[in-house]
Amino acid sequence: MTWAVVSGAFVPSLALAEASLPTNIFAPASTPAQIVHGLSLFVLTVTGVIFVVVFSLLAYSAIKFRRRPGDDDREPFQIYGSDQLELAWTVIPVIIVMVLFLTSARVIHTVQDARKPKSAIDVTVVGHQFWWEFRYPQYGFVTANELHVPVSDPKHPTPTYLKLLSADTDHSFWVPRLAGKTDLIPNHPNEMWIDPHETGLFLGQCAQYCGTQHAKMLLRVYVQSREDFDRWAREQQQAPAAVSPGDATAGQRVFQSTACINCHAVSGTNANGKFGPDLTHLMSRSTIASGAVPNTPANLRAWIDNPETFKPGSLMPAMNLSPKELDEVTTYLLTLH
Amino acid sequence: MSTAIETPRSTETLNYLNTKYGWKSWLFTTDHKRIAILYLISISFFFLLGGIFAMLVRLELATPAGDLFNSDTYNKLFTMHGIVMIFFFLIPSIPATLGNFLIPMMIGAKDLAFPRINLLSWYIYIVAGLIAVGTMAYGGVDTGWTFYPPFSSTYSRTYVVAAAIAVFVSGFSSILTGLNFIVTIHKMRAPGMTFDRLPLFVWAHYATSLIQLLGTPVVAITIALLGLERIFHVGIFDPAIGGDPILFQHLFWFYSHPAVYIMILPGMGVINEIVACFSRKRPFGYPFIAGSSIGIAVLGFLVWGHHMFVTGQSMYASLVFSLLSMAVAVPSAIKVFNWTATMYKGSIRFETPMLYAFGFIGLFTIGGLTGLFLATLATNVHLTDTYFVVAHFHYVMVGGMVLGYLGGLHFWWPKITGRMYPEFWGKLSALIVFVGFNFTFFPQFLAGYAGMPRRYHAYAPEYQVFNVMSTAGASVLGIGFTLPLIYLIWSLFYGPKAPANPWGAKGLEWETSSPPPTYNFDTPPVMNEEAYNYSGDDTGVHVG
Repeated sequence: MTWAVVSGAFVPSLALAEASLPTNIFAPASTPAQIVHGLSLFVLTVTGVIFVVVFSLLAYSAIKFRRRPGDDDREPFQIYGSDQLELAWTVIPVIIVMVLFLTSARVIHTVQDARKPKSAIDVTVVGHQFWWEFRYPQYGFVTANELHVPVSDPKHPTPTYLKLLSADTDHSFWVPRLAGKTDLIPNHPNEMWIDPHETGLFLGQCAQYCGTQHAKMLLRVYVQSREDFDRWAREQQQAPAAVSPGDATAGQRVFQSTACINCHAVSGTNANGKFGPDLTHLMSRSTIASGAVPNTPANLRAWIDNPETFKPGSLMPAMNLSPKELDEVTTYLLTLH
Repeated sequence: MSTAIETPRSTETLNYLNTKYGWKSWLFTTDHKRIAILYLISISFFFLLGGIFAMLVRLELATPAGDLFNSDTYNKLFTMHGIVMIFFFLIPSIPATLGNFLIPMMIGAKDLAFPRINLLSWYIYIVAGLIAVGTMAYGGVDTGWTFYPPFSSTYSRTYVVAAAIAVFVSGFSSILTGLNFIVTIHKMRAPGMTFDRLPLFVWAHYATSLIQLLGTPVVAITIALLGLERIFHVGIFDPAIGGDPILFQHLFWFYSHPAVYIMILPGMGVINEIVACFSRKRPFGYPFIAGSSIGIAVLGFLVWGHHMFVTGQSMYASLVFSLLSMAVAVPSAIKVFNWTATMYKGSIRFETPMLYAFGFIGLFTIGGLTGLFLATLATNVHLTDTYFVVAHFHYVMVGGMVLGYLGGLHFWWPKITGRMYPEFWGKLSALIVFVGFNFTFFPQFLAGYAGMPRRYHAYAPEYQVFNVMSTAGASVLGIGFTLPLIYLIWSLFYGPKAPANPWGAKGLEWETSSPPPTYNFDTPPVMNEEAYNYSGDDTGVHVG
């Protein structure tokens, strides 16, 4: 009964206020997020009831027993205490705590001890200052910042298991609508899983402070139908088509003769740097600089010219290219579909 | 013409403020009351400094784009806000000022057990404070107040070691104060002042001191190791050379979670005194309130792992930490219920200190209940590192501790200064603080639930509505905190003279003059009645 009353009062108003938010945990789309969401409503109800009880008692005492003008100067009758009452307000909180604990334990057991099905997709996530590397060991390719996973039908689950590593300092992987956080800690591999029930774009972000551009280490998770995901994966596995003669060839020459290839890789070429995002299929991504700006030719050019424009403190240096070289490199990168 | 008349000063009775004059009489004093004043002035400075950092943070967050400061500056601002507020304001706040001033008087002693160590602890605090301020003046530090490696040991390019030294040094001040209180409470009580007659304020400080004494050395060791790691790369925390960054988190939170009880317990102690006095009642369930302080102090040492639920900590360890963390709610609830029961059938007056006490109880309750969301393992994985956490600990630390501190400051202001503060302005500022506080921090609960992570200098535009409310509220809160600064200083010169016991309160500190003489009592006091004997004749009943 009380559950209905309180959730009737609190939850819809909160949910309404936040329904439009892309990171809203009231709109879970994956099992780990769903059961946590259910639990959070339960906790909200329990604490809501406690809140109402405590504040009613407090308000009642304060108003009923306020000193009124005309009261005599005698001190009120002294009540030193009551063992029954003390027992009551010790035991009841203990019971509430036990209930919360057991409910929570069941939820966390469901998430953490879930059996990994054979059909699971493996992705190794490597946190870098300030971007995400995604390796797909079953498919043999690497991409960055935008994670693609297949939708998981509850009848034939195809969850995605994320192995979380860090290349430098602590980070935390958090896509609120899909699951709770898990930290990425160097030398300390962690694991989590998601099984999104609907397709679409899910936003997330780094949730453990990692330095200058912690706030611009955004995550985009594309949940696709199995066919779309397989098609995307096949494309990612292929080396990009050889560039046709023209500006793009000039751009590729600039790319390969400057320091770009120390950090970036383009498969099928001699560019195999590992410090920065893999650029093999750069144009298949909708944003650059870890979600900082949309991936448009103008943004791409501005980013290469000076990464500080979008992301001060980014570890990518400005290469001091001439305007002509900038145009050429941009043209080359635009061919990396 | 007329002959000069002797200055009226000589007609005043001697008290601790007018026995000696000049800066030497202050800087070399061993009087606990003068040292309390020294602390009062210095922590007010740090509160102001930390407050300025907070205002700058809130200004930046008024818009989603990082337009006011660059990200490095913002990261330093929230770090320095945290370091200043936690290590230089909250931890010393009530114990070093009100505790220092009142504990000897409340137990009927002349001074603390070690007056010179008391002065030493203030000097240590000042040295630490100067190092901290120097660090900030030179360019600051950007690790967050939590100093997590490997960011702090390897990647940060700011003054981590200097900030670590400041925190390290300030710890000794805290340890010495705690030690002094424990010895004083054990050895310096007046005849008749048995442990079951101690004011609950003293009980709360006893619990606090235990944590200071047992917990602070751990953070000192941790911070020292971090400094060694950063300078000499010894391989304790840095994973690149075989260290374990999670070890740091364990050691750090082993102190830093109990540290929040260092910050809140003295506030609870203040509330006990205020609620009893303004309800005209002996605190309901005295032994349970006293015991719950000790309970919180002990349990507080067993919950640190709840800061690490998302680090990949073993699920079973996390479950135990989750249960123990929720268990802290039990002694906290006992306190809230007993305060309410104290008011029941009382005769409640709504003077300024009582308004702050109501604020404390209300906001602390919200802070405590939202703590259940964070102690619950499964909801923690969503809410940790979001604005929900920020809101939660500000409800406890500002809504609880700072309101308790302000309430206590008003309550004992007549005793400390011998002057009354203006009641109207007091009530007005209490109201402004309460409203401003809720406007500042309630929207942050919603922002956290909506997924806004903490320590972000730029954020998605969807969260702007929460941040605008919060920033607007912060300006109201700023006004609420500035008002007392003005009228309290005004009252030093123009406030009406305070009688020895303006509130008709119980407790030995009210039996001596306002302000008290240097050795607190003209004749050594004897405690010959139960504590909080408001009816005057021990006719109360213990129900059941």
